[in-house]
Amino acid sequence: MSVEQKMDSGRRTLLLATSAVGGVAAVATAVPFVASLTPSERAKAAGAPVEVDVGKLAPGEMMTVEWRGKPVWVLRRTPEMLASLAKSEPALSDPASEKEQQPEYAKNEYRSIKPEFLVAVGICTHLGCSPSEKFKPGAESGMGDDWPGGFLCPCHGSRFDLAGRVYKSMPAPTNLEIPPYKYIADTTIVVGDDGKA
Amino acid sequence: MTTKSQALLNWVDERFPLTSSIKGHLTEYYAPKNFNFWYFFGSLALMVLVIQIVTGIFLVMHYKPDASLNAAGVPVAFASVEYIMRDVPGGWIIRYLHSTGASAFFIVVYLHMFRGLLYGSYRKPRELIWIFGTLIFLVLMAEAFMGYLLPWGQMSFWGAQVIVNLFSAIPLIGPDLSLVIRGDFVVSDATLNRFFSFHVIAVPLVLIGLVAAHIIALHEVGSNNPDGIEIKKKKDANGIPLDGIPFHPYYTVKDIVGVVAFLFFFSAVVFFAPEAGGYFLEFNNFLPADPLVTPLHIAPVWYFTPFYSVLRAVTYPLFGLDAKFWGVVAMGASVVVIAFLPWLDRSPVKSMRYKGPVFKGAVAIFVVCFVILGYLGVLPPTPGRTLVSQICSVLYFAFFLAMPWYSKLDKCKPEPERVTFK
Repeated sequence: MSVEQKMDSGRRTLLLATSAVGGVAAVATAVPFVASLTPSERAKAAGAPVEVDVGKLAPGEMMTVEWRGKPVWVLRRTPEMLASLAKSEPALSDPASEKEQQPEYAKNEYRSIKPEFLVAVGICTHLGCSPSEKFKPGAESGMGDDWPGGFLCPCHGSRFDLAGRVYKSMPAPTNLEIPPYKYIADTTIVVGDDGKA
Repeated sequence: MTTKSQALLNWVDERFPLTSSIKGHLTEYYAPKNFNFWYFFGSLALMVLVIQIVTGIFLVMHYKPDASLNAAGVPVAFASVEYIMRDVPGGWIIRYLHSTGASAFFIVVYLHMFRGLLYGSYRKPRELIWIFGTLIFLVLMAEAFMGYLLPWGQMSFWGAQVIVNLFSAIPLIGPDLSLVIRGDFVVSDATLNRFFSFHVIAVPLVLIGLVAAHIIALHEVGSNNPDGIEIKKKKDANGIPLDGIPFHPYYTVKDIVGVVAFLFFFSAVVFFAPEAGGYFLEFNNFLPADPLVTPLHIAPVWYFTPFYSVLRAVTYPLFGLDAKFWGVVAMGASVVVIAFLPWLDRSPVKSMRYKGPVFKGAVAIFVVCFVILGYLGVLPPTPGRTLVSQICSVLYFAFFLAMPWYSKLDKCKPEPERVTFK
């Protein structure tokens, strides 16, 4: 006598239905646990814009401010620094900033609203380290004789120029992110608010 | 045994398999009699696990997983570790035992794995033991990584930043996945608290479960030995392997010798060089975490560096996906590929003693590459070093992926009938 003949198919159907409903309940129970892993309301709210007075920056000097827990650089570029951008272009991965790593108003050769001031999120697009300043051109930065000045990520060696554009064949896939920002006075920037959102 | 204690034992045995478990796993578990130096590291790994659990329990009594700044402007978590080091009686030694224990765990586990490689301990019928072992290694890496965030120093913070960002390289789900791991848009208090929870509860539970499975599987099939032959093939009239000796007392006593020798070195590190020159405790981690400044030189702790070098070695995009994604894939694969050894090795013999020059040469190259990758992983990258790590990464994978062919080609020596024992 086979198993099928002895089997009460009505009970088997009930068993399957009960198991299925139980499974749904188990999955539903997992929802709050997974949800608890996502950013809390407090974390989401902690993204207020930051006001920065850039008037005190000397040419060639950089300051770092915190926005949404990330370092945001403001670099006052000298004319020589701005001139170096054109020189580095052939060696760059995305010289025209085609990839969306900046607001529309920063999609230009300087990647900024005013050429003089670079505002960028100082987080390497590779794995999130903060690149260090290697502003001095040439061998003085320890970056080789033809180094035009820029940034070097200490973690995996990605190189960026003084507009945060990444060089070719680097671990970092894209240029540094330019945050939304605007000028509310001649030398006062608001990071995180460009009046559009 | 007195009749009263015998009666008590009988009472227990009728309700719980006490005597039979002791027999099955200790007094009548027959291990090959020819174990050598390399066979100490399994029991040592178990002992280090106990050290980590005990010291961990006591550290949790004083540690605070809190990234907010205290009145002095120092993160509470960082300050609580300093408090353990300076103000808690005996705190410094408990903490150094735990931090040295982490590195010791990996030293012992790497040697334990190398033993398996030497004597073919992963071969049939021990594939599951090897797979459980690889899982233990993976879980141990997760445990160590999460534990390293807790002191909330500069290396804690930026190490976590880098590793969590690895997950964001996965196409489609990556960015959301790393958000769920961090619980915030950056590594923050939320991240610290969940890593603490995982480090002290979830991962140790999984680890202990896997260790139990590892040992149960081992005791089911029996231990391999330096000759790589099955002692169960030659049994006496009572069904006991001719070359087997009871684990207790023979190997319990022998392992105690190993434990004493190990503790000798371990204590020397704990007392005289707990930082081990910046390799066990990195100097940058004595600075509190600063989300705005990455240390000029950032490197993982030594036990992660071979795999970290593999990650850094990948600098070419492929199939329209970033180099970053392929780096993560290569790093993951470099760990996971270990699990496939039982099916990659097609050699007619198990032990290195009887394998031919090709396999021996392959293992030698593999070891050299692994050490070079580990060494390069602690250094800042330069184009020359990247090239060396690329060559070593290719050889690392070639060792595994070409094994089905070169292990077959090799000229092996005949295995002995009985274990060699002097």
